[in-house]
Amino acid sequence: MREAILFFFIVVAGTAGELCVSRAMKSIGEVHDFSPRSILSFVLQALRLPWMWLGIALMSLGFFSLLAILSFREVSFVVPVSALSYAAGAFGAKAFLGERISANRWMGIAVVCLGVTIVWWSRR
Amino acid sequence: MTHTRRLQLKTIPLILICIILGPLGNVLLGKAMKGVGSLNSVRILDLAPIVPRVLMSGYIWLGIACLLGFFTAHMLLLTWADYSYVQPASSLSYVSIATLSYFVLGEAISPLRWLGVAVICLGVFVVGRTSPSTTGAPKDA
Repeated sequence: MREAILFFFIVVAGTAGELCVSRAMKSIGEVHDFSPRSILSFVLQALRLPWMWLGIALMSLGFFSLLAILSFREVSFVVPVSALSYAAGAFGAKAFLGERISANRWMGIAVVCLGVTIVWWSRR
Repeated sequence: MTHTRRLQLKTIPLILICIILGPLGNVLLGKAMKGVGSLNSVRILDLAPIVPRVLMSGYIWLGIACLLGFFTAHMLLLTWADYSYVQPASSLSYVSIATLSYFVLGEAISPLRWLGVAVICLGVFVVGRTSPSTTGAPKDA
């Protein structure tokens, strides 16, 4: 049960956080120049956006849940199971960012979920 | 050069950086947290004495440094590529997480778990073959 709650935070809060960050990044626009100065100005620009901070807060919740679960579970179990965020990510990206998810992507995501199920069975 | 080709030239190296740094960070966090002991309680007061021990662990900071590198590369990717493309494509990292767990942490990985990881990667491969961006208007550069 404790495990399920921690996985819920890792998958749902982590993914929601990434979607918020993605929304913030898209509003800045594509990065063309990789010089240290332009990367710094890009980071400073990002830190001014409320979506960025909401994203960081949600991702932090996911991160601390990850630390907690890593204290009693193997890395090779926890990280593959957290791949459930693919499914969460696709639904979120469609609803919240307006990305179009093609049939191929849905198929890939379904295969990922099958893999997660198999890893879950390998639980000791 | 087409827009898609130009996108791939900068997308692929950044995805490789993500595939190496992300799992390495997680493995280091795992090493640190195993050293701290199991967090069995859900009460904040019981967790409090563990926090300084976690913060004093060198592996935690190394892991966080790797994850920050991963996060920066990931943010850069997200300025031009779809989230639903980047997330799966950068996640060949499931092979590197299993490999690093085996070699660095000495975790026993059963054949069933390897099969699960392989199936996840197959799913990733299917998703990775779709177009990087669907929301922006593509232009030839």
